[in-house]
This record gives sequence, structure tokens and C-alpha cells, in this order.
Amino acid sequence: MRRTGPFMLRLLLIAVVLGLWEAGVYFFKIRMFILPPPSQVFLALYRGFAEDLYPGHIIVTLWETILGFLLGTILAFVLGTLVALSRRVEYFLYPFILMFQAMPKVALAPLIIIWFGLGLTSKVINAALVAFFPLMVNTILGLRSAEEDRINLMRSLDASKWQIFWMLRLPNAMPYIFAGLEIAMIFALIGAIVAEFIGAEKGLGMLIQTMNINVDVAGQFSILLILSAIGLVLNGLVALARRRFVFWDAAGQAATATQTEGNKP
Amino acid sequence: MDQATGLQSPDVTGPAIAVSELSLIYGTRPTGVLALDRISFDISDGAFVAIVGPSGCGKSTLLKILAGLLPATSGQAKLRGTAITGPRRDIGVVFQSPVLFPWRDVLSNVMLPADVQRLDKSEMRNRALDLVKLVGLTGFEKRYPRELSGGMQQRVGIIRALIHDPALLLMDEPFGALDAMTRETMNVELQRIWMERKKTVLFITHSTSEAVFLADRVIAMTPRPGRVADAFDVDLPRPRPLEVMNTEAFGAYVKRVRVALKSDGGLD
Repeated sequence: MRRTGPFMLRLLLIAVVLGLWEAGVYFFKIRMFILPPPSQVFLALYRGFAEDLYPGHIIVTLWETILGFLLGTILAFVLGTLVALSRRVEYFLYPFILMFQAMPKVALAPLIIIWFGLGLTSKVINAALVAFFPLMVNTILGLRSAEEDRINLMRSLDASKWQIFWMLRLPNAMPYIFAGLEIAMIFALIGAIVAEFIGAEKGLGMLIQTMNINVDVAGQFSILLILSAIGLVLNGLVALARRRFVFWDAAGQAATATQTEGNKP
Repeated sequence: MDQATGLQSPDVTGPAIAVSELSLIYGTRPTGVLALDRISFDISDGAFVAIVGPSGCGKSTLLKILAGLLPATSGQAKLRGTAITGPRRDIGVVFQSPVLFPWRDVLSNVMLPADVQRLDKSEMRNRALDLVKLVGLTGFEKRYPRELSGGMQQRVGIIRALIHDPALLLMDEPFGALDAMTRETMNVELQRIWMERKKTVLFITHSTSEAVFLADRVIAMTPRPGRVADAFDVDLPRPRPLEVMNTEAFGAYVKRVRVALKSDGGLD
């Protein structure tokens, strides 16, 4: 990206690591079901696509992740806004928020499967549940972060509460909201995969489970590669939207302050 | 101008601003802190008045009351005959920091009051362009605040307060955050803007020389509780060049403020 020198070094480092891995596996005679060499992983990846096994599962997991992300973040934005703007709503919801925030949301996955079955619904709901909190927390933080001076300026102009919300609080919260969306996107993927582990008919998480039972470790590695690529692409899409909608905070300064500890999947 | 028609004011003969016996207590009696103690003064229409005093003398509190952001405990302030009881659309405020919105470019920052008060868009746009020209920011209309220097940002803050043609301009140490050189330039600039627009201005500062340089009338305030220690007219011809600060007359005014503040133990 910057200069070609360091970039070439980077590529070289990756090649060296892969080479050492490959050589190490043969040299120490490590068995395939413990650690496959990278060549076998790439072969599994190639076969998965050549035999048209992977695309169907990829689409299912993507679909679960995106629907869960949308459901979770829309609810989180609405609820976060209500909490941020109304002390009363905050007062009554606070115990629930506190309880859920401390709980590892993925631990709910088995229950969700019992309630909503092995199909798409349970995965979407689980993904939404996990994606919900980072955005809600950041929406509340963002909407409350408007500086006193800016609020005084709006008040001195005789602005209504609505105008203060639309013209100040909401744009002011955008860096926080997008930071929350970026986390929520990755969390939604985690939520979908975990739910697939528990019980599913299709999807990359289910595929990993099946391969695990069949001791196809190279296959599992190839799925991990795909998941990593999906995570990168989805996160990149949100980051792209952030640069477009939060152009004034391109470095994400406001956002970096909000990677709060309460954000656990 | 506006007074001739009598449209804006039911009390055309009186002063633009009449502050009488204004007091403010933070907290509740008997433990409350008396921040302002029976402040009274008048400002005539089109005059430039500076309030000078050390930090803690309640001058910013006074400005908040006049801006309608804070209710007084007792006494009242009237703008063109009607009491100030809350935020009003005929007042413009310039704050210590420029308080620009980073998601709005220069022109739409200037237009903010017009947007809030739903004034005619195209008319306001022309006014905004005029004001941008007035402060020498032509060509920067589409720039964002982070691309501007501190002085430029505060210029935008000043013309934003003028866009809706307020009857009163309140300025709360607007140049306090600028370096000394920029500050002097801005003082000359503000004098020019004021002479062109003839707004009634209440300017708050802790700089004695800034107060004397800019104002027709200087009000010196002492702290704990905030009280008017002295008030006098500054009779120096306009436009005042920066060199006026080296004259004897200027020095005498500055000294008068110092004495007023010192005799009450105000200035450190």
C-alpha cells in the first residue's frame, strides 16, 4: 500500500511461515488429523469449491449473518435512542441491560435452538442477540456525547428538542454508531456460527462440526479461511460506509474511545 | 433603522438592553452561592459594551442569563422592552470556542440558525455569502471546520451569530483561545464588522485592553459575589487602529479598570 519494499517483505514473511509450516509437518511427521500442511488446506479449499460443496453453505451463513445483523442493529438503535433520550426508560431498562451485558450471549444459543428450531430463524435470532449490545451501548454513548457548548448553542437559537436530536445529537453520534456497527457485524457472524454448532441443517458452522466428526482437519482449516475472508469483507463494507457517512471523523477518533469492555459476544 | 418602523419594539425610546437588579444564586438558600449581586446597567441601541473582570466574577453567568439559557434568581433583563425569560430568536451568541459542527461545511455552519428557525433558504444563503465575504472567507464556503485555522473558525462563529439579523449580539470571550497576534487582528476585524453592521454588542472578556479597545462603554465586574465595580464611556475616535493602545488616553482607561478591579480585591 505504502512503499513496495515493506510490502514485499510482508509477502515474503507469509511465504516463509507457510513454508516452515509445510516443512515442519513433514519433518516432524505430524499426522494429518492433528495438523495438516498448508498444501492440504488449499487442496481442501479447492475441492470444496470444485465439488460445489462450499458455496451453498457460504450463502446460508452469510444470509443468517446479514439478517441477524440488520435485526439486531435496528432494534439496538431504536432501544439505545430511547434509553439515551429518556431517563425514565433508562431507569426501568437498566437492570435488564446490566444482566444481559454481563452474560455471554452465546450461552443462550442452545435455548434459542430449542425455541426456534434448526432452521434459519434460530440462527438469525442468535446473531441478532450477539450483535445487539455493541450497537446499543455505542448508540447511548454517542447520543449522550454531544458537548455542552453545542447544546447551549442550539438552545440559544431556540431549537426544539427534535431539532437538537436531528441536527446535533444524531450526527454527533455517528462515529460511535459506526464503531458499534463494525463490531456488531463481526459479532453477528460469531452468533450465526455458534448457533450452527448447536444444531443446524446447513451453513459453515455445521460444516465444521461434520468435518470434525469425520476427522477432516484440512477441511476445517479451509472453512476457517473462508470465515476469515467473510469477516474481512463484511467488516470492510461497514468501514466503507463509515468513511462515506462519517467523513469528518475519518480517523475514527471519537470511535476508538468506545471499544468498551461490555462488548462481549 | 428598525426602530423607525417600531415593528420590532414596543418601547422604541428606551435602551436596547435594560438590566435591573439582576441576582443569581447557585444552589438553594442558605448554602447557595451568590454569583451575581444586583447587577444593573443599560445598553443603548447600536452600542458596543464590554464587561471586563477576572474569572469567577460571574460575567459568563450574566451572559447565560441574557441568552435565556439560565433563569435569574431575582431582578430582570429586558431586550427592546420585553423581558428575557428563555432563548430568543432576536439574540445571537458567540461562544468561547467556535462551536462549529464538523459535519457541516462553512456555509451550512453559518446557516445553522436559519435552518433551526426555518427562515427563507435562498434569502439566507445570500446573506450568508455576504457575511462570508465580510470576514474574508470567500472561497472557503465548502471547506469543513477541521480545514480552518482557529482564527478562521471563530470568524465563522461570529457570522453565524449574525445570519438571522439579531437585535443583540452576545460574545463570551470569543478570542480567549486565540494566540495574542491573532487576537489583535480579530479585535480590529470585529470593530470593522461592528461598524458596518451597527449591532448592539455585549462583549465579555478578562482582558482590560481588549475591553477598552473595542467598547463604547466598559463595565468592570468584581467577583464573589459578582458586582459592578465601575462603568464608564470610552471616548476614543473610530475606527481605532491597534496603535491607539500606545496612547496616553488609552492607558488612562486601562488604568481606570485596573483601579476599579483592584480596589475591590478582584484582580490578582
